[in-house]
Amino acid sequence: MISTTTLFGLSSVILVGLGLFGLIVNPQPLRKILAFNLLGSGVFLLFGVIARRGAGAGLNSDPVPQALVITGLVVAFAATALAVALLLRLFQETGQAITLDTEDPSIHAPARSNDP
Amino acid sequence: MMQDPSNLLVLALVLPVAGLLLALVVGGRYAGRIALWLMPVGLAIAVMLVVSVIRADDALVYDLGGWMPPLGVALRADGLSAIFILTTVAVIGATGIFARTEFRTLPGQPETRTSLTFWALLLALWGALNLVFLSNDLFSLFVALELLTFSAIPLVCLDGRAGTLAAGLRYLLFALFGSVLYLLGAVLLYGAYGTLDIGLLSGLVRPEPVAWGAAALMTVGLMAKTALFPLHFWLPPAHAGAPAAASAVLSALVIKASLFLIVRLWFDAMPALMNPTAAQVLATLGAAAILFGSVLALRQARLKLLIAYSTVAQIGYLFLIFPLIVRPESGSFAAADLYTELAATVVSTSAWSGGVLQAVSHAFAKAAMFMAAGLIAQSLGHDRIADLSSIGRALPITVLAFALAGMSLMGLPPSGGFAAKWLLLTATIETGQWWWALVILGGGLLTGGYLFRVLAPALFGSRQSVTLRAPVARYREVVVLALALCSVLLGFVRLGAFDLVQIGRLAKAGMGLP
Amino acid sequence: MTLALAVDIGLTLLVLAVACWTLAVRDTFTSVIGFVAYGLLLALIWVRLAAPDVALTEAAMGSGLTGLLLLGAAARLQNAKNISAPPGLALRWVAGVLCALVSAGLAAMVLLLPDPAPTLAPAVVAHLPATGLGNPVTGVLLAYRAIDTLLEAVVLLPALLGVWSLAADRDWGGAPRLRYHRPDGALTLLAQVLPPFGIIVGIYLCWNGADQPGGAFQGGAVLAAMWALILTAGLAEAPPVSRRWLRWLLVAGSAVFLVIGLAGIGFADAFLAYPAGYAKPLILTIELVLTLSIAVALGLLIAGPPTRTPS
Repeated sequence: MISTTTLFGLSSVILVGLGLFGLIVNPQPLRKILAFNLLGSGVFLLFGVIARRGAGAGLNSDPVPQALVITGLVVAFAATALAVALLLRLFQETGQAITLDTEDPSIHAPARSNDP
Repeated sequence: MMQDPSNLLVLALVLPVAGLLLALVVGGRYAGRIALWLMPVGLAIAVMLVVSVIRADDALVYDLGGWMPPLGVALRADGLSAIFILTTVAVIGATGIFARTEFRTLPGQPETRTSLTFWALLLALWGALNLVFLSNDLFSLFVALELLTFSAIPLVCLDGRAGTLAAGLRYLLFALFGSVLYLLGAVLLYGAYGTLDIGLLSGLVRPEPVAWGAAALMTVGLMAKTALFPLHFWLPPAHAGAPAAASAVLSALVIKASLFLIVRLWFDAMPALMNPTAAQVLATLGAAAILFGSVLALRQARLKLLIAYSTVAQIGYLFLIFPLIVRPESGSFAAADLYTELAATVVSTSAWSGGVLQAVSHAFAKAAMFMAAGLIAQSLGHDRIADLSSIGRALPITVLAFALAGMSLMGLPPSGGFAAKWLLLTATIETGQWWWALVILGGGLLTGGYLFRVLAPALFGSRQSVTLRAPVARYREVVVLALALCSVLLGFVRLGAFDLVQIGRLAKAGMGLP
Repeated sequence: MTLALAVDIGLTLLVLAVACWTLAVRDTFTSVIGFVAYGLLLALIWVRLAAPDVALTEAAMGSGLTGLLLLGAAARLQNAKNISAPPGLALRWVAGVLCALVSAGLAAMVLLLPDPAPTLAPAVVAHLPATGLGNPVTGVLLAYRAIDTLLEAVVLLPALLGVWSLAADRDWGGAPRLRYHRPDGALTLLAQVLPPFGIIVGIYLCWNGADQPGGAFQGGAVLAAMWALILTAGLAEAPPVSRRWLRWLLVAGSAVFLVIGLAGIGFADAFLAYPAGYAKPLILTIELVLTLSIAVALGLLIAGPPTRTPS
């Protein structure tokens, strides 16, 4: 009989695979950002499973991975916010959703210095 | 409290973070000044750290909060960390002086956008780098990598043009992909061994599937952040599009942080996994990066892109150290005495010294080149290589600095790059792996090729007079020249000084075993 | 099969189905709504994993705040033309096979994890009395691994500066503006009714975090979500980014943490150590200020770069 931790452990690795697939295959940046969140949640879930497996000393779950996941969730949110802000600004600049496959940003040298 | 040198580890970490908080509160008018005042202090701390590590002849360790690993988090400074912390503050300090007037709020004016963001992000980036070099805990290192990413990417798109925004977004997606894979590996290691401390892991990790999987995931993730071929696509547009001061820091330091962690992982956290096959795979990717990056650099029309592709190539050299440190013939041994055998195979110190010297001299040279390119672009209004003819007449100091830095990249004597490549060549001969010697020599020739494309017309062009659109401040040229000279003078550093690299190496501890 | 296991299997299948749907559905807006539902289901799994602290954070941050952020972005990008073509069938297959292999390899590693599992739970419990705390997760976050939490609060600052730096030069000094939608009745009502409760919950979570599930991040996330809701509904304006008090609020949490940590060098054994007997009051002080700073930072991360254009 499969145990709860094994069940959730296996689903976490499927989530990792799904997130990875979305990140690679979906061309839209916002969907890539979403896939990144899915991927991250899979990793966090795996950590949660490892915490649950480490139950002991009167605790139902090892608190160290739990604390690290909480920290990780905040970092992932900050990353998402930065990515979304970049994407919206890019949309504002170009007026259309963007392709990220440019080799050359075709920027001419910045000639905007305040040198005396 | 100053009697205990391990407090220096805390100071190296707290100083930039405190600077970031202070800069945010006082705003753009004073942010630059705060950064520039903190940099000499940081330099003093870094020098004291190097001296303390040499004096102790061992790594300095600090248990944060008094909690020892595995429950707590330890900071640890060995010779390698000390060298990188010193390099970091030197390059960041030079960048600060170079950018002094570029990002500022003029007196009487309201705070400008870049006068706050550039300096605050530079301080955050400095703190993140120091944390990467000091932390001995895989999860704190994850946070450090994210701190580094969040400070580096806004610097790429500071000018807000569509091209740099797209480059920044792509960089961010690659970096996040890398962090997630790294974290996944760390999670697996915790699941298998119950600790995230590098020192404890080194004694626990066995060559078994979970450890292999974790190592592979973390290495690929960190490769994406280092832009090792074939995960380098994000680098050229991002590094070429950023303002020159930011490009310098990104190319010189930021990508080396993830590389540093790859080295930490394989040699310190999981020495039992280090084997000839893995080493050959990493070096093969490095060799491919050298050739591919150099050939693409040859084909670029813009100076900053050429320099960025050169970074892709130069990163490759650093991956050549893996097979040079781990001898290939040690592949055959009985499984029983696996650990002692593997520890004993870690022998070639010239590969270590060569690798570190390459990383440091590339840091100085590349920072100098990006800043020189920035000055050229600022004064001409473009950086098209085809139109750089005779620029040496108009900007002699800048072009001289570019040439000196280029000398180090090519590996011409007596530069730091020469000493580095010489040590690596020695190591290929010591370990009987002549094929890597061919790669090193071939890469040097290609580097010469793409740099002469720039330097020959710049120095010997036929144009009589070059009109500059904007003047270049002399002190900025001097900063660039100083960086280039550092890169060259590293070649004169007594090789014995690079014994510092060996201080506190975890793998060395295992070597004494019978 | 026990009932609990049946529930777990059902939950797992549901989460996986919603995840697949989120990736597959064509419309981005729908996809984001799927993601919010996914986050809430995931929070249930966290409860089943005996991690109520993480469940709260996942619901507040992973689902709530991230959902709000992505919904706003999806609304703004609705008119965007997608100019990059989806990858060809061959590439999709290659990527699919690759990801399946990664999943399979990871699954094997999950099954190979040692039994009994290594754990730090006994060490955490053994030293918890020294911190005066009742919640072991808070003990890890604010005592044993305080450095991570400090850096965590610091990490929000460059991220926020990064978001702000995306403003146009002329907009610097303006206020972020979050109103994507026309204020409609339902949203306004929600923004009027929910925040008082949310603020009480947020403060309670923070206050209670020492002994019960909860803590600075969860409290901060709930407070931030309430603030973002008020901003979205247009019931209040975000302050201009150049305000000095706003900057103080942002750094206060990290600064207090840093100062107490440095004091530890003199008054306790080490940086980030608490003097014996003072651990709990110091930790509560840090948590309180940290909650406020985190709430402000998270709220501003959603609010986006400053602007001066009138609505």
